[in-house]
Amino acid sequence: MHPEAARTNGREDAELVRLAQEGDAEAFAKLVARYENSIFRLARNITQNAEDAEDVLQETFLKAYEHLGEFRGDSKFYTWLVRIAVNQALMKLRRRKSDRSVSLDETFDTGEETLVREIAVWAEDPEQLYSQEELRRILASAIESLPPIFRTVFALRDIEELSTEETAQILNLSVPAVKSRLLRARLRLREHLTRYFKRKGDDVFAYL
Amino acid sequence: MSLLTCEDFLKELNDYLDDATSPGLRQEIEAHLAQCPNCWVICDTTRKTLRIYKGTELYPLPPQVHQRLMEALRRKITERNGRH
Repeated sequence: MHPEAARTNGREDAELVRLAQEGDAEAFAKLVARYENSIFRLARNITQNAEDAEDVLQETFLKAYEHLGEFRGDSKFYTWLVRIAVNQALMKLRRRKSDRSVSLDETFDTGEETLVREIAVWAEDPEQLYSQEELRRILASAIESLPPIFRTVFALRDIEELSTEETAQILNLSVPAVKSRLLRARLRLREHLTRYFKRKGDDVFAYL
Repeated sequence: MSLLTCEDFLKELNDYLDDATSPGLRQEIEAHLAQCPNCWVICDTTRKTLRIYKGTELYPLPPQVHQRLMEALRRKITERNGRH
């Protein structure tokens, strides 16, 4: 969601939440309609699985409905919702990968990792090189190739357009931790997409 | 002459792309970009990466998924009202 929309939605959200807390089901339905697209997309991006994403979507709104009385309005309703969704989505991932725990806090080597491998000029409008269908497949496979922590941060910051501070709060990470994960996510996606989007004829490799 | 190294530039890339750098730093970054083709390419391709993701809806909510969500909520609401 765009920050602009968040600001103009703010007061109305609070009003709808208050009505829903008083038992107005229609007010809650309005909140669902407002955020279901975002929550589904987020769940799909984190879990990388359509079935899990649908489960997360339902669990998020059912939990939100059930615990609406506990929402105190000290954060935005949308942020509260996203927090529930992210927790549900990460739980799905952990269950699927029972052999390997998924942690947002996993340490990784920041010093040795090569952030940039391939440097090639892209076409001016690389998205025009492919059909919509192909483009979606390329973009989705790039996100899928990211470790869960990176794609979660990328989805929150660059797709759902939450602020660094909100993202840090939702994930219980520090602001610098969010920033460093976001940088790595962006650079890895860039790297992955370069093979599809580089200008034909150019084949310049460089190492930093 | 720019004093930023390529490594410094990479550290600032996020804030630069998010328009969150101070005007002074911004100038230093732009001076570096003007003389470092590699960093220019990294900056340009990362900017395009973000533009393309923001401009493409990868996972539109399927109508049947919306339907099933509404049904699940209706069941929940009925169940809750029944309890009261």
